[in-house]
Amino acid sequence: MPNPPSTPAELSLPATQAVLESAARDRLDQLPAAIGDYTVPEPRLTCRGVNVFYGEKQAIFNVNLDIGQREVIALIGPSGCGKSTFLRCLNRMNDTIEGCRVEGEIKLDGVDIYHDGLDPVILRARVGMVFQKPNPFPKSIYDNVAYGPRIHGLARNRTELDEIVEDSLRKAGLWEEVKDRLDQPGTGLSGGQQQRLCIARAIAVNPEVLLMDEPCSALDPIATATIEQLIDELRTQYSIVIVTHNMQQAARVSQRTAYFHLGRLIEIGPTAKIFTNPRHPLTEDYITGRFG
Amino acid sequence: MSKGHTVDRIVASIARRRARETRLKWAGFMAVAVTLALLALLLGSIVALGWRAFQQTYLALDVYFDPQVIAPDGRLDEESLRQADYESLVRQALRELFPQVEGRTQQRMLYRLVSSGGADYLSHMVLADPRLIGTRQRVWLPASSDVDMFAKGQTGAQRAASLQPWIDHLLAQGRIEKRFNKTFFTAGDSREPELAGILGALSGSFYTIGLTLLLSFPLGVAAAVYLEEFAPKKNFWVDLIEVNINNLAAVPSIVFGLLGLAVFLNAFALPRSTPLVGALVLTLMTLPTIIITSRVSLQAVPPWIREAALGVGASKMQMVLHHVLPLALPGMLTGAIIGTARALGETAPLLMIGMVAFIVDIPRGLLDPATVLPVQIYLWADSAERGFVERAAAAILVLLVFMLLMNALAIFLRRHFERRW
Amino acid sequence: MSISTLIWILLGLSSLAYYLGLKRALAISGGQVRHLHSLPSYYGYYTALWCGLPALAFLILWTLLEERIIILAVGASLPEELQNLPSERLELVFNQVRTALSSANASEDPVICAAADRYRALQAISNRCLAVVALMAAGLGAMWARRRIRPDLPARNLVEKTLETLLAASSALAILTTVGILLSVLFESIRFFELVPATEFLFGLNWSPQLAIRPDQVGASGAFGFIPLLVGTLLTSAVAMAVAAPIGLLSAIYLAEFAHPQVRAVAKPLLEILAGVPTVVYGFFAALVVAPFLRQAGEVLGLTIASESALGAGLVMGIMIVPFVSSISEDVIHAVPQSLRDGAYALGATRAEAITQVVIPAALPGIVGGMLLAISRAIGETMIVVMAAGLTAKLTINPLDSVTTITVQIVTLLIGDQEFDSPKTLAAFALGLVLFVLTLGLNVIALYVVRKYRESYE
Repeated sequence: MPNPPSTPAELSLPATQAVLESAARDRLDQLPAAIGDYTVPEPRLTCRGVNVFYGEKQAIFNVNLDIGQREVIALIGPSGCGKSTFLRCLNRMNDTIEGCRVEGEIKLDGVDIYHDGLDPVILRARVGMVFQKPNPFPKSIYDNVAYGPRIHGLARNRTELDEIVEDSLRKAGLWEEVKDRLDQPGTGLSGGQQQRLCIARAIAVNPEVLLMDEPCSALDPIATATIEQLIDELRTQYSIVIVTHNMQQAARVSQRTAYFHLGRLIEIGPTAKIFTNPRHPLTEDYITGRFG
Repeated sequence: MSKGHTVDRIVASIARRRARETRLKWAGFMAVAVTLALLALLLGSIVALGWRAFQQTYLALDVYFDPQVIAPDGRLDEESLRQADYESLVRQALRELFPQVEGRTQQRMLYRLVSSGGADYLSHMVLADPRLIGTRQRVWLPASSDVDMFAKGQTGAQRAASLQPWIDHLLAQGRIEKRFNKTFFTAGDSREPELAGILGALSGSFYTIGLTLLLSFPLGVAAAVYLEEFAPKKNFWVDLIEVNINNLAAVPSIVFGLLGLAVFLNAFALPRSTPLVGALVLTLMTLPTIIITSRVSLQAVPPWIREAALGVGASKMQMVLHHVLPLALPGMLTGAIIGTARALGETAPLLMIGMVAFIVDIPRGLLDPATVLPVQIYLWADSAERGFVERAAAAILVLLVFMLLMNALAIFLRRHFERRW
Repeated sequence: MSISTLIWILLGLSSLAYYLGLKRALAISGGQVRHLHSLPSYYGYYTALWCGLPALAFLILWTLLEERIIILAVGASLPEELQNLPSERLELVFNQVRTALSSANASEDPVICAAADRYRALQAISNRCLAVVALMAAGLGAMWARRRIRPDLPARNLVEKTLETLLAASSALAILTTVGILLSVLFESIRFFELVPATEFLFGLNWSPQLAIRPDQVGASGAFGFIPLLVGTLLTSAVAMAVAAPIGLLSAIYLAEFAHPQVRAVAKPLLEILAGVPTVVYGFFAALVVAPFLRQAGEVLGLTIASESALGAGLVMGIMIVPFVSSISEDVIHAVPQSLRDGAYALGATRAEAITQVVIPAALPGIVGGMLLAISRAIGETMIVVMAAGLTAKLTINPLDSVTTITVQIVTLLIGDQEFDSPKTLAAFALGLVLFVLTLGLNVIALYVVRKYRESYE
């Protein structure tokens, strides 16, 4: 049965992936901007013309993206496409990486976060982050959650601090499970609990935006479901940017989806539209599982 | 709590928090700076104390090689020339130079201008050329330590103060000169600072460290190869060996000295104070370090090399000897050289096995009584005489140069032969 | 024949044996190397090993035991009254014999002279025997091995097994060393405790071993209470750690978290130089630079600072330990996973907050382990205190005062001429035992703590 590959979309053999990627690269160079509307009304974060370099190597190319209030936006794309790098620009976590340089304009509530006058400490208190692997501090559960409020001086006394801790743990859906053992080390919890503890820790400083870098990739399906449900609840108070490998997850939790490929934003739009009717062939290939 | 409220609080505290950060950074910077300043002080003070020892003051005397003194009975064979009283020639020359000095006490003081090695110097001259007998020669003789110290501007030597008028006189006549101190590099130890040199200690160190490297390198490599490539995992004895190696690396060096004293000297009755015993002790001491670094080198050889060798049907021993060992050897050698460079500076265990004796002769083998450079430094530094302290500092400089050379060699080997995977 | 000549001859014989074995293997195979179990060279190695190893082993054993046996034989030929002397006096006689061996020190005493002659004669015989036996062993070994060569002899396996055994023996040397240390300090300590009760040693507040050298009154007087030495040792170590712990830790924090890469590239090798400086150099520095400076500074401030103060020795020891503490701490800090730092930064922690509140607490077990190792170093450090601390034991915790330490006493008790069985000499071994146990305990705990710490982040 002859089935000659006429378009890249019909290639499915892994061996041909390299050919496909290089072809994709060729076409990308001719693409000036992403497909779809990247703006939202009343944005929380606005990114314009963002380029990121690691030394000589450019990792992010001219990305424009708005992040609205009280929405979950998913960043998807094959590994190495720069979605995590882009995420780490939003709270300047890239500052800690040697030789990393960010160009362009990222504004939080209209203020440029890379402006010299802005202290990254304050930025990070407003833009919290949850990491791929749960990283609780080797301290008690209580101290883990209280850490942020303590360093920022958010509680005037112990009672206030207790309130913040309880409130955060409740929001993270962990309170009922740990309320009797707050003094036990956070590292003793299960993986899913640890990740929820990290979320509680992040929301204890009362941020405006939550960045989540593949928060469920190290968890089992049940823990993943719990976190996804939590994300849905948190949306009522926070803007959430989530990087994920798992397209079903993106489809489940997000309102908008941005597809990244080789450092470029390819397509952006409402999640339902991206998953049912992608306009760009690369997006379609990725969503239909042809590569990634 | 509203969002704006949160940010306000953070902003309010940020200056204080940033200041605390700056303080920590400065404290850390100061800690490093203080440490490095102390290093500079350490090296600087040693150079300041020691550089003078590389110079020695010489006095010019007009010595009359009096036939009556050298060969009163007219015999000019080597033996009688060697036995002659050259000391009195020096004294005679000094008396001629300062005819106004009278009285035994005063004259004895005067004789102290010239080192007791001056007579030997004259003896060598005459033996080399007997025709000197009967002539008058201007001879440059090493000054005594007191004069040497005084000429180098070292105050505090009480005895030198009384010599001052004479020294001034000699200076005025241009009879005092500072020259490169060759004796320091060509002589063994001596009771007189101006005659003492480091060659004895240096050759003692050479034999000791040479044998240490010769013993510890093959043994260390063999042990490392066994533990890394052959030893069964989860075996009681192997675990015991590992624990032992790690602990031995942290046992105080003096304990190894006690081991040497009890086992090598008392139980096996090996000769005391010899480089042989010194090397055995230092070998046991450096072995753990060498084993540990050798194992790191072996671990750095990627496993696919082993698999490739085994895959073509090599035996395990062939795999190790033909493939793994040649690749790991440069790294192991580097580790061994650094380990023995440390042993070169080791003092305490060698004190225990008698390498601390006063030894004038330069050792010529592994079984000659010897001392080593660090012990010589210890002996000189402990001496009350300023001249010895100066020489101790100079000997430290020599020791540091040798250690530096060994480390440089190790770095060179690493740069040139070590492979990165 | 001297030992080294003998060793060279044995090496020569072994190469010859290699050649013989090789030839034999080739001859047996009849030109068909494939018929042999192993490559022909392995038959050569096999023969060479049989030639060299037994002879070499015999040679080492003989050399180690020779002196003992000769002394025994000489002892047996001594006159009755000398033989009946107590062992320590007899040892003195033997020492006289030994010195009389070299012609320069010929003894006046005819008995000693005779003994020395006998010693020389025995030594000559022993030397000849050794050479003959060793060479015979080599020859017989080679011949036996050569006769055993057959096409089906698994020469490679045998050679490799021997090599592996040798390798294992080399690593077992570590156990042997520990056992050797333990036995040597233990035996002498037991003899010491026969002369001085252990309770007096462990709890006595007075240490003055010098009084004990009265030949007629061995062990009857002299005080061997080791508490002042322990206190002195702990005092100097405490001063050292007071310097090294904060400076080392702060340096490590600075180098690991703050320093510009170029600063680190310069500062780290310089710190390593400090670690490589021999201790005798630090001792020199302490005795001739720091101590006089402290004394003068004390005079200015109106304090009396002893010229051999615990402060001076401790300060310099502290400088010596700084690079040790800082390199261990830096390793430990680097072992803290980046994710923890990221977690702290993502909450808006400053660098200082991340370090002091997250990284350091996480690294604490490792840092504590490193500090314990450093303390063990300070306790066992010898040259600095020998050169810069005092000799007389004084029970004080004033760092401006002069104290003495365990290592200083070991050195002073064992340097110079010593009779082997006096309590003075034996006391040094008892101190050695204490020192070994003390440092070993610290090391075991420290290594355990550090290992646990590393495992928790792997």
